[in-house]
Amino acid sequence: MMAPAWHSALMIATIVFTATAGDVLTASAMRKIGDLDLIRAERGLVGTIYAVTGSIRFLLGVVCMALSFFSLLFAVSNANVSLIAPASASLTFVSNAVAAKFFLHENVDRRRWLAAAFVCCGVGLMAR
Amino acid sequence: MKKTARSTMTFRRYLVLAAVMLTASLGDTFLGKGMKDFGPVSVHHLGSLLYAVANPWVIAGILLLLGFFASYLTALSWADLTFVLPSTALGYVVVALLSRFWLHEQISPSRWIGILLIVMGVGFVTLGPSYTDHAPAKVPPLPEAEEVGKR
Repeated sequence: MMAPAWHSALMIATIVFTATAGDVLTASAMRKIGDLDLIRAERGLVGTIYAVTGSIRFLLGVVCMALSFFSLLFAVSNANVSLIAPASASLTFVSNAVAAKFFLHENVDRRRWLAAAFVCCGVGLMAR
Repeated sequence: MKKTARSTMTFRRYLVLAAVMLTASLGDTFLGKGMKDFGPVSVHHLGSLLYAVANPWVIAGILLLLGFFASYLTALSWADLTFVLPSTALGYVVVALLSRFWLHEQISPSRWIGILLIVMGVGFVTLGPSYTDHAPAKVPPLPEAEEVGKR
């Protein structure tokens, strides 16, 4: 039996919040660590893994992503994967655009905001 | 702080983005298949989620998502978060097609239009710059230093 609409919305909100926190923390950590291709060329795979896993910010991001993962696992067992997976991922994109502008100071220009608007409309249609 | 955007993309890096897209969508679908086989999980028995890890589809999904994570971290090290996420949006189409033709879920016409809008929206982003440089702010020289230089 599938979950009622409000139940699906709550599950999606939980996934989006934890995923955004995870993405922003991870992206911030990766920006601080630097280009992984260059690090791997210099220190090898083990050195790269050591550089990444040594970051507290990265580990916090992984904790948030793990919470998001288990929320997704729980959600797809109770609702259609074709609704839960795209809806949560798309809304995460919108919340990430806002979070990236304010926390990561990324250049979120008109093009990227327009993309966020299209994604919002798309998600609205998908949730019908 | 002055921000300038530029493209850091090469052919190899586009391949990494393709890997992010495919591993994420296939991983989600495999997890969906595994969890459908496993059955609904009650809020009061969340511990039973651990038993779901014994399902082969769930294992395959987790392995694919590990591949996704490695390629995703690599992409984030040379591109903006707001570039990486939307440029992998074709994964939504892959999930929808797999859900429709493999898991036999029903996808309404409005949901198909929604998927199309998402792909169009995120397509805008891939045409723009991929990386924001955070150049340190140029600090004007102190008036005293200028005066000293003149003397």
